[in-house]
Amino acid sequence: MMPGMTPEFVLGLVLLLPGFGAILIGGADRSPNLRDAISLLIATALCGAVVWLLMDHLAGGMAQLQMMEIVQGLPILFVVEPLGLIFATLASALWIVITAYSIGYMRSNNEPHQTRFYICFAVAMTSTMGIAFAGNMITLFLFYEMLTLSTYPLVVHYETDAARRAGRVYLGVLLSSSILFLLPAIIWTWSITGTLDFTKGGILSGKIEGPQAAILFALYLFGTGKAALMPFHRWLPAAMVAPTPVSAFLHAVAVVKAGVFTVLKVGVYIFGVGFLATMNVSEWMAWAAAFSLIVASIIALRKDDLKSRLAYSTIAQLAYVTLGVSLATVMGMVGGVMQLVAHALGKITLFMCAGAIYLASGKKNISEMRGLGRVMPFTFGAFLLAALSIVGIPPSGGAWSKWFLMMGAADSGQHIMIGVWIVSSLLSIAYLIPIVARGFFLPLQDQKDRPQSQGREISVISLANMREAPLWCVVPACITAILSVLIYFAGPAIAGFVLTTLGP
Amino acid sequence: MIMAHLPVLEVMIPLLAAPLCALLQRPLLAWGLAVASALFALGGSLVLLAQVLSAGVISYHLGDWAPPWGIEFRLDAANSFVLVIVSLIGAVCTIYGRESIAKEIAHEDQPLFYTMLLLCFAGMLGVVSTGDAFNLFVFLEICSLSAYVLVAMGAARDRRALTAAFTYLLLGTIGATFYLIGLGFIYALTGTLNMADMAVRIAGIADSSTLQVGFAFIIIGFGLKLAIFPLHQWLPNAYTYAPSMASAFLAGTATKVAVYASLRFLYTIFIPGFHFEAQTLQYLFLPLGLAAIFIASIVAIYQTNMKRLLAYSSIAQVGYLLVGVSFANITGLMATILHLFNHAIMKSGLFLAVGCVIYRTGSCSITAFRGLGHTMPWTMAAFVIGALSMIGVPATVGFISKWYLVLAALERGWWPVAFAIVAGSLLALLYFGRVIEAAYFQPTPEGSAVIEAPFGMLAPLWVLTISCLALGIDSELTVSVARAAAEALFLDPHAGLPERAGP
Repeated sequence: MMPGMTPEFVLGLVLLLPGFGAILIGGADRSPNLRDAISLLIATALCGAVVWLLMDHLAGGMAQLQMMEIVQGLPILFVVEPLGLIFATLASALWIVITAYSIGYMRSNNEPHQTRFYICFAVAMTSTMGIAFAGNMITLFLFYEMLTLSTYPLVVHYETDAARRAGRVYLGVLLSSSILFLLPAIIWTWSITGTLDFTKGGILSGKIEGPQAAILFALYLFGTGKAALMPFHRWLPAAMVAPTPVSAFLHAVAVVKAGVFTVLKVGVYIFGVGFLATMNVSEWMAWAAAFSLIVASIIALRKDDLKSRLAYSTIAQLAYVTLGVSLATVMGMVGGVMQLVAHALGKITLFMCAGAIYLASGKKNISEMRGLGRVMPFTFGAFLLAALSIVGIPPSGGAWSKWFLMMGAADSGQHIMIGVWIVSSLLSIAYLIPIVARGFFLPLQDQKDRPQSQGREISVISLANMREAPLWCVVPACITAILSVLIYFAGPAIAGFVLTTLGP
Repeated sequence: MIMAHLPVLEVMIPLLAAPLCALLQRPLLAWGLAVASALFALGGSLVLLAQVLSAGVISYHLGDWAPPWGIEFRLDAANSFVLVIVSLIGAVCTIYGRESIAKEIAHEDQPLFYTMLLLCFAGMLGVVSTGDAFNLFVFLEICSLSAYVLVAMGAARDRRALTAAFTYLLLGTIGATFYLIGLGFIYALTGTLNMADMAVRIAGIADSSTLQVGFAFIIIGFGLKLAIFPLHQWLPNAYTYAPSMASAFLAGTATKVAVYASLRFLYTIFIPGFHFEAQTLQYLFLPLGLAAIFIASIVAIYQTNMKRLLAYSSIAQVGYLLVGVSFANITGLMATILHLFNHAIMKSGLFLAVGCVIYRTGSCSITAFRGLGHTMPWTMAAFVIGALSMIGVPATVGFISKWYLVLAALERGWWPVAFAIVAGSLLALLYFGRVIEAAYFQPTPEGSAVIEAPFGMLAPLWVLTISCLALGIDSELTVSVARAAAEALFLDPHAGLPERAGP
């Protein structure tokens, strides 16, 4: 560790770096090379700073940063704690990967408004860091709204009628749910407890009971529109009109994970597992999440557009976390965090692959993708690994999240939820694996002659036949695909780290 | 010497500067004088507020005649805060006016415009400062009559300003007359015009039906002035056709002053403890406030003229103020006073931004906003921040207002009202969303040569925009002053009452 760097300083740096980067990016508008280099550099620096904080925390550091009071008695407060560190490390590391991918994607696709794109990306990153390290609910809410607003220009990126319509849905659902439900929930909590600090064991215990607590919990869960619990999920498929790097990073990692992260924070630090378990309030929220989970999976099955299918799959996978929290058990919470990590790695890979497929072949619909695996083996290979992780087959990150979540269900006595996860795993096999299988085992769509009938072996993957997307796009996807498997081996360590927030 | 007479100089300087403006033939000189007196008023009001907060109520006796016989200027935390609001908006708008007025009003009429502006300004300051109920009427008429002229001066751009001003004149005069009639009833009962004195004498005769009739007349009179739904008919046209700068000024101050005056009557002279007042608050103010929030917001969604859109939005915001008043608890009152300030800076800022657009494009229809995000980036950025504040996004003052309004509703246990407050802000998302989308995500019309507004207009606009953000991130200052103001109105109306002989 460098001498003279206090944890507070680094924490401040983490929060300011992306914003500072946004300004530099804006200044480098005229030189795309410089602009993209700055983006990469800032992303790397941010990740370094977050890892520094992680190391510091593991060494026993307690970084905290308090600023002005936004309303009387409620300061803007940042605290370094395990859940936030996990989220921040994940997001900042993936930001490097996605920046590399964006450079490849945006350039090969010759996209308009690239500077605005990178600026908004950086501002979204600042908001994400703010959410990750928020020390109380009002700070989290502040950055939560900032994230919505900074990603809106990315959704409307193409400025077509369809994009504007999608932007309206995006802003409409996310802002209305947060202002209509989340904000009253926060003010209600404040008016009965007099604090909004994230406190170990929760702050609501003994302050509220019965149906009122149930209503408050529902307000929090439905109000967190970013967690895409049905019926507040429409914004996510709508956001798919954005360029693929946006879908890959923001709408598979930063934004949606900010949503479930908020749900986790509320579960762990506002209600507290113990309090949640004593009241039956979360039980019917578990049913709402299970409903969202199954229905979204079924819709995913019926989508031919690859990005839409992935979006509905995300809705289902996000409901895992909400369900995990609603189980009100320690294992459910741990499973939620594991799911946050594993799904982020898996889903970002799937989206990057979707983008690579589009770049290389111009295809968006799954039905047109048969045989493509032979000409894009790396992309489809990465897709397969990530798909296996989403399904939850060991050794992949998704296996741990299923494991802990099912244990959580067993602990809570809601055994039927185990069945829900089994069904959903089967559904995810059905909507993900055929894409890969058809890619590798069926002939290319535009190959008129049926190869088998001519007795020639053309399914051999050879370098000569390869038509992969640019390296800048394929390599990041392969990296995250491998990570989504490797994270399996870090599973127990992450679980142990999370447990420190839940222990007595 | 100046310090001792500051309460009256605050009003007199703009009042005296007004005729001087008419005598000055050069618009620039008139503007300079107007700015100077507005800045003086702003500085003075800040000094007075600081004095009141540290040393308590200031009572200034005009001509050294002791109240209740003489006229008293009586400043507590509540009205000195409103003084700051009025003079801040007045100063910012006047500075902004030079370029905007030069373009919108004929050269020879410009000094007269500043005359009317200063008269209106002085009238508002007088309404706020005075502790005498009849003196309040006089100042109210000074401010209203000049406001009618300000609106009518928009006729240089659009002749419809004349009918708008005429409607405003009719309804405004009815309002003033109702106030005067109501005051007559109370005077007949109590024999005093001094507010503090009146409050003491009313306390014993709350059952009198004469008193209740007087109360009703006064509330309806103020209701017209502050555009309580459905007495708001004068407002949309007046704000739409007035010169841009006058719209910004009136939107930030006129209804605020009327709200202050009603608060003075509702909480200091009468008290919510009176059965008839509690009934009025709960069964009249609350439903009318909620109706204003929803109906006016929904009407705003269908507007294509930006100034009219903002005008309907103002009516909706008056609804929030009424709802805040109707809670009849200290948090609600504080939220109302806080929102007076917050709404003044964000709504004036929005009107100023629209004024910049009118200055460059000559139109304020929503189609004129297409592509302005690229051609007028500073104006539109300020507009977006103002709009976000109206929606109630955190880190803006609008959020702080919503926060305390919802808190007050929860304290009162009025659940549905809390939800109505946040739901209303979503309607603001609908009507501003269209404009922002047009400005940023629609192409600039072919052949448009729009450039950014001049610095002289952007600077005042951004003063308001930055306060909107700064006071939204750190609300310590405004909240503590608003709390002191609410306490001054609510808890201790008779603090520091001068000793006086028997009746």
